[in-house]
Amino acid sequence: MEKQELKGKEIKLMKGNEALAEAAIRAGLDAYFGYPITPQSEVMEYLTEQIPVRRGLVLQAESEVASINMIYGAAGAGARVMTSSSSPGMSLMQEGISYIASAQLPCLLVNVMRGGPGLGTIQPSQGDYFQAVKGGGHGDYKLFTLAPSTVQEMVDFVFEGFRMAEKYRNPALILADGALGQMMEKVELPAEGEFPHVIPDWATTGKKAGRKQNVITSLFIQPEKMEQINIDLQAKYKAMESEVKSESINTEDADVILVAFGLVARICMKAAELAREKGIKVGVIRPITLFPFPTEVLNTTADRVKKFLVVEMNAGQMVEDVRLSINGKADVQFYGRMGGMIPDPEEILTKLESMMK
Amino acid sequence: MAIKGTIIIDTELCKGCELCVLACPQKGLVLSDKINLKGYRVVELYMDNCTGCVNCALVCPDSAITVYREKKAQAV
Amino acid sequence: MEQFLINPDCMVYDNHPVTLTGEPYHYCPGCGHGVIHKVLMEVVRDLGIQEEVIGVAPVGCSVFAYHYMNVDMQEAAHGRASAVATAIKRVRPQNYVFSYQGDGDLAAIGTAETIHTVNRGENILMVFVNNAIYGMTGGQMAPTSLLGMKTSTSPYGRDAASMGNPIKITELLAQLPGAYYVARHAVHTPNAVRKLSKAFKNAFEYQKLNRGTCFIEVVSNCPSGWKMSPVQSIDWIEKNMLPMFPLGDIKVPDPKTGNPVMVKNN
Ligand SMILES: Cc1ncc(C[n+]2csc(CCOP(=O)(O)OP(=O)(O)O)c2C)c(N)n1
Ligand code: SF4
Ligand code: SF4
Ligand code: SF4
Ligand SMILES: [Mg+2]
Repeated sequence: MEKQELKGKEIKLMKGNEALAEAAIRAGLDAYFGYPITPQSEVMEYLTEQIPVRRGLVLQAESEVASINMIYGAAGAGARVMTSSSSPGMSLMQEGISYIASAQLPCLLVNVMRGGPGLGTIQPSQGDYFQAVKGGGHGDYKLFTLAPSTVQEMVDFVFEGFRMAEKYRNPALILADGALGQMMEKVELPAEGEFPHVIPDWATTGKKAGRKQNVITSLFIQPEKMEQINIDLQAKYKAMESEVKSESINTEDADVILVAFGLVARICMKAAELAREKGIKVGVIRPITLFPFPTEVLNTTADRVKKFLVVEMNAGQMVEDVRLSINGKADVQFYGRMGGMIPDPEEILTKLESMMK
Repeated sequence: MAIKGTIIIDTELCKGCELCVLACPQKGLVLSDKINLKGYRVVELYMDNCTGCVNCALVCPDSAITVYREKKAQAV
Repeated sequence: MEQFLINPDCMVYDNHPVTLTGEPYHYCPGCGHGVIHKVLMEVVRDLGIQEEVIGVAPVGCSVFAYHYMNVDMQEAAHGRASAVATAIKRVRPQNYVFSYQGDGDLAAIGTAETIHTVNRGENILMVFVNNAIYGMTGGQMAPTSLLGMKTSTSPYGRDAASMGNPIKITELLAQLPGAYYVARHAVHTPNAVRKLSKAFKNAFEYQKLNRGTCFIEVVSNCPSGWKMSPVQSIDWIEKNMLPMFPLGDIKVPDPKTGNPVMVKNN
């Protein structure tokens, strides 16, 4: 196969999953390991088509268990690596993710969520919020979690995810949903080859004379040592808090704030517009990083605004973190749809109207 | 005349498993009464008939044995 | 003793190869893992490839293999060593990569990874330590435990009807086109150890050819799990393990064509 030249900056109309895959190649992805699952199979399909004529390697594993452990191996050997899956596949990966977090290996994980529990539905959902930000696997660990709400962010967060993963030696997660994966939007793609990656000195590359052996492990059998590792991890998660990101729209004069992430945040923006036409002053806060969570913004906004409505495509998961952030300063209500149903702006408006009575 | 050899046993590594005793064709090794710092009874070479065949070292799971053998030129 | 022989010139067996860290093993007295670690690392020393080797340790008694083997290593999740090794070799094809796994790790929880790694013909060496028991967790039945064998989870003996038969995964894997060199060896006698050493050497040399997976089963002992003395365990290997798990080459490259062929009688 003839290798193509590096791609320059480009503006294109692309599907979310494909834009993410294209961004990964442009971000200097060394290796992708994955297993097909709807609604994100296009990621691997795109990569298996592009990578042979461009750069990197792609391998279809025998399961998500294998692919996450391949991520462990390749990341431990110093490569820039990514896997993607959807909800049931992510569940299968959790043991491996816990190992990766403990061994402090940088990598990018992508969950294009579908409705559950169980085999559930292939329609979009946000039902894996808890799994993403509260551990998912065993032990005390965190994933740097980014929640895109546009196809452009599917692109940008690939770069941001790798940047954070490598800066903190920690797995990063893009938590998207099935609708974002399928949606077509115009995106600006950064030029390829401008995001350099150096093989870290801790990676297993062969023990050169003059250096000690490099070992990648998550086993620290003495409790004193294991506690120290935990203390170090917690300090790292604390440091990550400085990277928190959120977006506040029309919150200055608002009487009620909608809080939502991902695709639902966009629906909430539309609902806020409709509400303002009816004279209800609605603002929107969109957490962009789910871990670290924008606690500060929510808490200070609650000094002034006394009503919050959290909207999610689940039974009420992020709402718990919003309540913790606001800590009783304001009334926090919840509106959710489940099982692959997407709320529309009108039903959110109806809920807002009932809150303002 | 048989080739001469000898071995050194790192008795702090020895766990007294006796696999070397089993493997020695000269029957030159024996579990002694000596006890090392970890509390294991250790093996020793008690006969002067070692040929340096390395059998004992090969099967020793704890890498406790070094083997020496006279060079061909030295053999009379 | 022959004191005059004790000089570097006459040393014919060095118990401290540079490829071992020198840390004393935590294994029980007489445990085969120690011999296998040592032989593997002696071969790495003899081939002069210490700087190029990357190993993968399993979950099992040899979980701390990297404390002893003085090469770069990764410790994999239970059963996943071959997936980890696959990825390392794929991103660093210039390195020699090996995985090291017990029977529970490789032939029970990790069976899918094992089969698919060999089926893809990953250019790695897979070392499979068959001691017919779960050593680390205290002597439970393994996929390779013999019929009638008493373990802590088969206290009345392994019964084929309810617990299945011991699995000969090595023979199974040899059937796959991705398998380039498949052999079964042991560590119960000096000659068995010599043959194992030769097999490891072959396997690393074949890895340079990029022709497929080298898979070496090592029939080993677990005196603690088998509840017998180390010396008795050697006899038990001979009498009970070897009839079920016969030693020798199973699939080897044809000297003329270089293509892997099944060895007769296997
Ligand atoms: C997911 C998971 N399940 C179970 C265990 C517990 N476990 C640790 S080692 C082991 C069996 C090891 O047996 P084997 O692979 O034969 O190695 P040996 O100790 O005999 O060398 C088990 C079941 C684990 N660590 N992880
Ligand atoms: S084989 Fe090694 S550990 Fe066992 S008794 Fe002999 S010297 Fe000691
Ligand atoms: S080198 Fe050979 S003869 Fe000498 S003690 Fe060891 S096994 Fe016996
Ligand atoms: S339990 Fe068995 S396999 Fe584990 S160290 Fe002891 S003898 Fe070896
Ligand atoms: Mg075992």
